[in-house]
Amino acid sequence: MYKGYVMNIGLEVHVELKTQSKIFCSCPTLYGAEPNTHVCPVCMAMPGALPVLNKKAVEYALMAGIALDCEINLECKMDRKNYFYPDLPKAYQISQYDVPLCKKGFLDIETESGNKRIRINRIHLEEDAGKLIHNEKEETLIDCNRCGVPLIEIVTEPDMESREEADLFLNKLRTVLLNLGISDCRMNEGSFRVDVNLSVRKQDNFELGTRTEMKNLNSFAFIQKAIEYEFKRQVDSITENKPIEQETRRYDEKSRKTFSMRKKEDADDYRYFPDPDLVKIKLERDYVESIRKNLPELASKRKPQMMAKYELSSYDCEMLLTDMELAALFEKAAEYTKSYKSLSNLIISKKDSVLGILPEKLATIANMSYKELINAMTARKLIDMLLEKDFDIEKEVEEKQMGQINDEKILAEYARQALEMNKKAIESYKKGNFQAIGPIIGQVMKLTRGYGNPEKINDIVVKCLNDIS
Amino acid sequence: MKDILKMDIMTLHKHIANKEISCMEITAAYLQNIEKKDEKIKAYITVTKEEAEKRAKSLDERLSLNSNIPLLYGIPGALKDNICTKGILTTCASKMLYDFIAPYDATVYEKLNDNGMTLLGKLNMDEFAMGSTTTTSYFHKTYNPYDLSKSCGGSSGGSAAAVASEQTLFALGSDTGGSIRQPASFCNVVGMKPTYGTVSRYGLIAFASSLDQIGPMTRTVYDNALVLDAISGYDKKDSTSVMKPSGSYTDDIGKDIKNMKMGVIRQFAAKKINSQVVNTVNEAINWYEKQGVEIVELDMPSLDWAIYAYYIISSAEASSNLARFDGIRYGYRPDEFEDIDRLYEYSRSNGFDTEVKRRIMLGTFVLSQGYFDQYYNKAQKVRRLVETEFDRAFKECDFILAPVAASTAYDIKDAKKDAVAMYMEDIFTVPVNIAKLPAIALPGAMSEENLPIGIQLIGPKLSEKTLYRAGYAYEKRNSEVSHV
Ligand SMILES: [Zn+2]
Repeated sequence: MYKGYVMNIGLEVHVELKTQSKIFCSCPTLYGAEPNTHVCPVCMAMPGALPVLNKKAVEYALMAGIALDCEINLECKMDRKNYFYPDLPKAYQISQYDVPLCKKGFLDIETESGNKRIRINRIHLEEDAGKLIHNEKEETLIDCNRCGVPLIEIVTEPDMESREEADLFLNKLRTVLLNLGISDCRMNEGSFRVDVNLSVRKQDNFELGTRTEMKNLNSFAFIQKAIEYEFKRQVDSITENKPIEQETRRYDEKSRKTFSMRKKEDADDYRYFPDPDLVKIKLERDYVESIRKNLPELASKRKPQMMAKYELSSYDCEMLLTDMELAALFEKAAEYTKSYKSLSNLIISKKDSVLGILPEKLATIANMSYKELINAMTARKLIDMLLEKDFDIEKEVEEKQMGQINDEKILAEYARQALEMNKKAIESYKKGNFQAIGPIIGQVMKLTRGYGNPEKINDIVVKCLNDIS
Repeated sequence: MKDILKMDIMTLHKHIANKEISCMEITAAYLQNIEKKDEKIKAYITVTKEEAEKRAKSLDERLSLNSNIPLLYGIPGALKDNICTKGILTTCASKMLYDFIAPYDATVYEKLNDNGMTLLGKLNMDEFAMGSTTTTSYFHKTYNPYDLSKSCGGSSGGSAAAVASEQTLFALGSDTGGSIRQPASFCNVVGMKPTYGTVSRYGLIAFASSLDQIGPMTRTVYDNALVLDAISGYDKKDSTSVMKPSGSYTDDIGKDIKNMKMGVIRQFAAKKINSQVVNTVNEAINWYEKQGVEIVELDMPSLDWAIYAYYIISSAEASSNLARFDGIRYGYRPDEFEDIDRLYEYSRSNGFDTEVKRRIMLGTFVLSQGYFDQYYNKAQKVRRLVETEFDRAFKECDFILAPVAASTAYDIKDAKKDAVAMYMEDIFTVPVNIAKLPAIALPGAMSEENLPIGIQLIGPKLSEKTLYRAGYAYEKRNSEVSHV
């Protein structure tokens, strides 16, 4: 709440589906290829080329719809959204207009004050556009590799009332989609893109205010900042008697502000009409039911069981459950150890490489961490080493002297040496700059060749600093 | 040896299979005739002389006696210039695509190639197939082989004129609102507009996707059926294509037509039609009746609205289909432009001619917010009404006989008269496209001015065999009509 106002947030999330081929042709959807190598007459909009709908894309969109408890429109169609832009070769995007594939769903989030239902207005299927690359010669180049990559657009009702709720929703949505295996959901690669619709109202007034739409939000952190900024901007504007205009605003990362891009009255008339090149989509009820039946188990169902069985935090379980393979690896390794928290920390911290490691080895490392025989850095290092070749962990740690240095006398001696080398940092610390402790701790860790016990080092250094008068 | 140019597909096929005539001889005969005649008729935009000679040579080399060759092996054909041919210019008769070489083959071209056809070239048309005169081509007009002062019709005018003047044995045209049948009628050839979906549209540069259909143009009904056999069938690259009925389109040719039922639409009789066209149609009705065909009079009031629905739907789809011609990836583009919007503006203002721009603007308008229901949606309602009315009609008859055009070929200098008046000329052909039906135009009679007059047979969906059967019988009667 700010000056007696609250906000309402609705989200539009574009998710790239990771089907093997594009939505209307057989080109691959892989990210990061040389520009214009994953193209064909269809996705380049050569004269005479025709789209053919990829069934897998429909299936993936249905999986999302079912997982988000949507109603499925058994009969729908694809429409053309007409506008000129250089990244859109046909000059129309094939999308869905008045009849989306899925509608009226929901996703429950766990807020501090309990569960909250966020309603999903619709999920529709469409194709992605290409990318424009502006080079140093001030030319604009077009890469059509992304043209025709299948997308779903998930539109929520304006049910979120804080940036925390928006964050909870987006994280949970992302987990659901990852669980389904239908998208990589990588914001940095553009496979998970979020537009935020935000309006403000007096707390006791339930009528929604005029909303603005924010685009160009490239990370979860930016979304948070943009919401915060835009909320205050709107409230300030209203309290200064300047009405909010319905418009699209662009978030600028550098200034952390939003700027007006386009007013509503300049909005394009997209001249939607049913695409005559494609036939109606008609789904058999049995087909939809078979997708429902074969839907992968969702994290939301597994999470409470996992929290209870392994005494892990909600956050840890969510992290493990973003990838069902990670969760499975955790459960297998947990058969060999009781150090669940250490095991979960280890897997989460190495989630990109840990899948290649045998569960019993992971358990051994987790055990050693728990018993303080090795520190967290060493644990991660051991995983990298195991990826190279297999070995006996305990023997290796002993032989290579990788064990954790817990001896306080040794650590105190290193601390003394480190403080001697960092007189400036001590002064700075004494003046109240507590961050100055960082380089000193780093120095101590270096003296232990990385094997020191980090908590003990921290305690010792703090104590030493406080002792210096 | 008889004149190669006078032989039909089956005759040539037998000669080729028996190695009595080589593919090279046939190709040479046609290329010579093109050289002789096309200077005046101007049916072709591109003659693929060298490719054709090379192709014929290789076909001859691959041919061994008694081998089982496809029917079109060595048969010369030509394509309307809106059908994509890899490595060969495909212009749509527009400045917009004046230098466009397609990077891929249309499905029909692929199929014809698989069948052994020799491509002679690409044929003139109205720009982007919008028109009925073949005078809006960026390159040149095409003249009627029967009278060079007359229009050959359109938009597949080059195809009709080339077939009529023996500059190819067969041609493919495309028909969105009559563009195969009307020029066929003006040039005295057989033109089939198949059921929507019968022939794949993949590689046909779209005018109006829900109406466009490729079809064969030939000198005889039998040849027409043979070509349709070669080009039809479900294509996984075109979702709107349909499965082909089993057997051959020639299956029912030659069967007795006695006891068939033929419909005649009362509303068409009330139209302003040239009296010689009326006579030709009436003679045809009488002839069919004499063969034992039962005549059924049909009342189809919604057909009056079909023409309006047609121009709304076709222009709407065209405005979107032609949006891709933006000067960026291919086609005409100005040398200088200030920014992206100017690039669009100059490319499209200069790349398209008047008629195309008129339809793009019309289509953009009817799809605009606030007008969509009033125009596009209403036109769709009319479309369904027309379809229903035809469905009802075909419960009473096997096929319908109708005029193709209200007149014979007009003076080529009148071809650019008032646009709306020109649009109204399509009243007899457009309902067929609206209802996705098959229809065939057949040579009927010659006028006093010695200009061809065609008739049209319309059938229910997928009734091509019936139309070929009824058309063949009529053609037999009419076999004294000679070609130029
Ligand atoms: Zn492609």
